[in-house]
Amino acid sequence: MNANRLLLALSLTAVVTVAFASTESIGDRQRIMKANGAATKPVVAMLKGEAPFDLATVQKSLADYQTGIATFVTLFPDDSKSGAKTAASPKIWDDTAGFKAAADKFASDAKTAASAITDEASFKAAMPTVLKNCGSCHETWRVKDAQ
Amino acid sequence: MGRVGRTLLASVVFGCFAAYWLTSFDAYSVFRGDDRLLPSRAPDGAKGKTLFAAGGCVSCHASPDSTDRLHLGGGKPLVTPFGIFYPPNISPDPDDGIGRWTGVQFIRALREGTAPDRHPYYPAFPYPSYRGMSPDDAADLFAFIRTLPPVKGKAPDHELTFPYSVRRGLVLWKLAFLNGTVLHRDPNRSTLWNRGYYLVEAVGHCAECHSPRNLAGAIVQDKRFSGGPDIDGKGAAPNITPDQTGLAGWSEAAIASYLKDGFTPDFDSAGGAMAEVIRNTAELSDADRLAIATYLKSLTPIQGQSRVR
Repeated sequence: MNANRLLLALSLTAVVTVAFASTESIGDRQRIMKANGAATKPVVAMLKGEAPFDLATVQKSLADYQTGIATFVTLFPDDSKSGAKTAASPKIWDDTAGFKAAADKFASDAKTAASAITDEASFKAAMPTVLKNCGSCHETWRVKDAQ
Repeated sequence: MGRVGRTLLASVVFGCFAAYWLTSFDAYSVFRGDDRLLPSRAPDGAKGKTLFAAGGCVSCHASPDSTDRLHLGGGKPLVTPFGIFYPPNISPDPDDGIGRWTGVQFIRALREGTAPDRHPYYPAFPYPSYRGMSPDDAADLFAFIRTLPPVKGKAPDHELTFPYSVRRGLVLWKLAFLNGTVLHRDPNRSTLWNRGYYLVEAVGHCAECHSPRNLAGAIVQDKRFSGGPDIDGKGAAPNITPDQTGLAGWSEAAIASYLKDGFTPDFDSAGGAMAEVIRNTAELSDADRLAIATYLKSLTPIQGQSRVR
């Protein structure tokens, strides 16, 4: 009887832990992507000439991209393929190497831009290359579903 | 055999002949006529280049193994609930592409879904939208495509499930669902609206993904633009009518900006098949993107199942 209860308790804990673990990863990666969006907003305003160029803001965004994406790629355990409104494409698990290569490209493009950008002219020349990663990654690795 | 029996037999025989004839490859032009195929002026390749971007030709026809988006060798598989379509080579190669086609053959293919050898195309090729283009614009598009590099090699045959594999059925499909008319300007609307109407409904064929389809694969017209299944069968193309579940919260400027750089008002970025569409709309003029936005915001709001996030 006691052994059965213990087993039941253990299985329940296991189920809760698994559910929690996957939901947690999905939430974490969605927070990083939201932060990327927030970091992109002022940068695009500057590119469009809607806001004055500010080197510190640009460098902060480029640094945030690099730290964010480094954590982001670690947040795809096998138990986080579905649920919690994830928009992650199954391809991430089918072609993990390709996914990591895409993330590395984003990080290295951001790093290159960070050393290249010193003024408004170099910003306008280098920034679009970094931002192209948003669309090219989402094209392959994200699948949005109906809510 | 009695009188009734003879009548019945005659009806069945007649019915078989009628069905056979109705699905013959010439039935469409016999019913709808061939008079909407002739251009009224010499083609203009520069205008064709804009139409080529707006029409998204490269998104399906570019060679998947080429880095040059203007290599239109075809063959990139389009996986659908009906089976796998392989878009053909539409480069100007005389043997494997469309290099030997006449202008009128191209216009017929684009507007009526009929190949030069008269066989009907599957509507995976969005001619139900392209039919709205004028013969002059279709000829401009052809003139531009003819300037692109010829590419060798044919795409594989489509791999479709029965009954979709029966091409004769497409003739009936066209008679039932293909409205063969050119889109006409609405004189009560602005020039910008009319340009958007033309780009969205005809050339850009937005409704082809952003609408639900019936069992025959035709767009459900009273739900047009209210969102549809993703072309890859996973995910969804969102509602693009100005409903709360669609673009109600987007200004015209926000839509135009999205079509240029792919960023939503929340600085999410376009993904899936839309990322490829943005590559095309990024090549349009600001005025054309604003025209598309103006038309979309003028649509009747329809509640959709999917929401723009």
